[in-house]
Amino acid sequence: MTSATKERRIRLLVGKVGLDGHDRGAKIVARALRDAGFEVIYTGLHQTPEMVVNTAIQEDVDAVALSILSGAHMTLLQRVLDLLREKGAQDVALVAGGIIPEEDIVDLKKAGVREIFTPGASTQEIIDFVRTRIQPRRG
Amino acid sequence: MSKRSIQLTRGRQRWVEETLNPALQKSPDRPGSFTTVSDAPIERLVTVEDVAGFDPDTDVGLPGEYPYTRGVHPTMYRGKLWTMRQFSGFGNAADTNKRYRYLLGQGQTGLSVAFDLPTLMGRDSDDPMALGEVGREGVAIDSLADMERLFDGIPLDKISTSMTINSPAAILLAMYLAVAGKQGVAFEALDGTLQNDILKEYIAQKEWIYPPRQSLRIITDIMGFCAKEVPRWNTISISGYHVREAGSTAVQELAFTLADGIGYVQAGIEAGLDVDSFSPRLSFFFNSHNDFFEEVCKLRAARRIWARVMRERFGAKDPRSWKLRTHVQTAGCSLTAQQPYNNIVRVAIQALAAVMGGTQSLHTNSMDETLALPSEMAVTIALRTQQIIAEESGVAATIDPLGGSWFVEDLTNRMERQALDYIERIDRMGGIVNAIEAGFPQREIAEASYHYQMQVDSVEKTIVGVNKYAAPAGQDDHQIPILRIAMSVEHDQVESLLRLRRERDNARVERALSALERAAAGTDNLMPHILEAVRGYATVGEICARMKRVFGEYREQPVL
Repeated sequence: MTSATKERRIRLLVGKVGLDGHDRGAKIVARALRDAGFEVIYTGLHQTPEMVVNTAIQEDVDAVALSILSGAHMTLLQRVLDLLREKGAQDVALVAGGIIPEEDIVDLKKAGVREIFTPGASTQEIIDFVRTRIQPRRG
Repeated sequence: MSKRSIQLTRGRQRWVEETLNPALQKSPDRPGSFTTVSDAPIERLVTVEDVAGFDPDTDVGLPGEYPYTRGVHPTMYRGKLWTMRQFSGFGNAADTNKRYRYLLGQGQTGLSVAFDLPTLMGRDSDDPMALGEVGREGVAIDSLADMERLFDGIPLDKISTSMTINSPAAILLAMYLAVAGKQGVAFEALDGTLQNDILKEYIAQKEWIYPPRQSLRIITDIMGFCAKEVPRWNTISISGYHVREAGSTAVQELAFTLADGIGYVQAGIEAGLDVDSFSPRLSFFFNSHNDFFEEVCKLRAARRIWARVMRERFGAKDPRSWKLRTHVQTAGCSLTAQQPYNNIVRVAIQALAAVMGGTQSLHTNSMDETLALPSEMAVTIALRTQQIIAEESGVAATIDPLGGSWFVEDLTNRMERQALDYIERIDRMGGIVNAIEAGFPQREIAEASYHYQMQVDSVEKTIVGVNKYAAPAGQDDHQIPILRIAMSVEHDQVESLLRLRRERDNARVERALSALERAAAGTDNLMPHILEAVRGYATVGEICARMKRVFGEYREQPVL
């Protein structure tokens, strides 16, 4: 990034994958990010990894933020990472939030998940993370 | 105003001038506002004049009598303690059966089945959408074969069982009935509860299959069937729990739950059932959050509103139709991953509120709720918490010990009024189904939940160990042992499902499913057809798929 960059607003996809219906957190995060000035697309519930990745590419987002409270994070996040790579969109950052145990966080970060927020994270921490760590993918 | 109340008012004015104001000048109130966790203002002091116009005889009454503000039973916990019922299920049916036997051995008095997400959504373990979810949040049940393993060695005539299942409730009930049949237990001897509350799924929990009106048809079929065949079964547990977990206030939980209840009674009447034939089998399920008095008053207000709605609005004649019997679970959303041992204390306070509010049964959350499904140690502490309240604290010795407190009666009245305002708004929209289709409760809850999060982020509301008194980075006591579900569970469950499909009488399954599909398109009660299908080992996913062909599927417009 250079100071001359005409900053394109960062575009984010906030979503729920799998059958998990716990959308309280995802909706709060989506709204807080929107209020902080980012462009936010919220997928709604019951998305498959394929649907999420297709939407991410169509909508040309800079990051995908997925909320999972069902315990299916290992399977579903890995699948999203694989699909992003397959479709040449590995520069889209994947961020996750939810009930995710410490050991799994280590493995998921190794696999390529950029950041994981667990219960108790404030919306401000999440906003700060996006501001400092997510860059627009193209000029 | 009577002479006495004028004197009291003067008395309070005098107190304010002579005693309170000088004290405040010396030491003012703590900074911040005095509000409940739902952000409802709390007065410094409530006296008898705040409850003026309120009639203790007709508004509070006596235990076991209309309007049941002080409790639905004349003896309350002196006669029988509440049922201690820990919600539990994980992995496959054999794993969960072992946990049930453990809990029954530890003095638990009822079972409560947690199903995994695919089961809750009416999908088999090999469905592509089930990927990664099998056995994770509850037990995986695909067919009667799993249900037989789940209750192996547990006599269904000796225990009561609550099943948290909604869209596919009719199927799981049918499986339970089929297991009872195999154990030689008559349907009339079965005691238990189905959650079967689809309206709150659209509002809060989001585990739906069919659209609302089609779902209500299934529910009225269950109510009609059970009224005749399974008379002691509680057919719906009208649930505020999930409304609250989705971020509502206490008043919203109260209002939307009762509005859902009104919706079911209305649907039953419209389906041609006599109100007193099914209403006594409706039960409720509320949350118990951190704000002690707000929770106590919510339960007291709920009983009073329901009694009046049933008697005055629906003309129910049987007193059993007027009684709001409820299960309570402590608030999962109030627990923290940080300093998890603190959760034991939160749960104890919430459980005490549920008991002081007069609950009929109680689930206490385990301290590891925000980390994973409960470990055996954590669930034992949660159960012991109830046993300590019941047998050591002394609170179960007298009925409604907080009744008559001016503060408690005033807060009960206020919450009742605010809930009735919501119910009137919903009535003006044409009832709860219309309100749901318009996204009204969903929007109100989303607002409240966002507002609360902003208050937490700005430390206007405290969460101990999270936004105040947090452990220094890296020093949080995070190391409690947690339950892990092996990755092999999904694989094994899918294998056993595929074997079942090869080995069962597939012609019988097909006949039963076709008959069910015809019944769904017509007006026959669905229950006998579902029972026939599960007896032939048709799976949850197969049965739901046939019903979807007729009923269609629900799609939500997300409300941010």
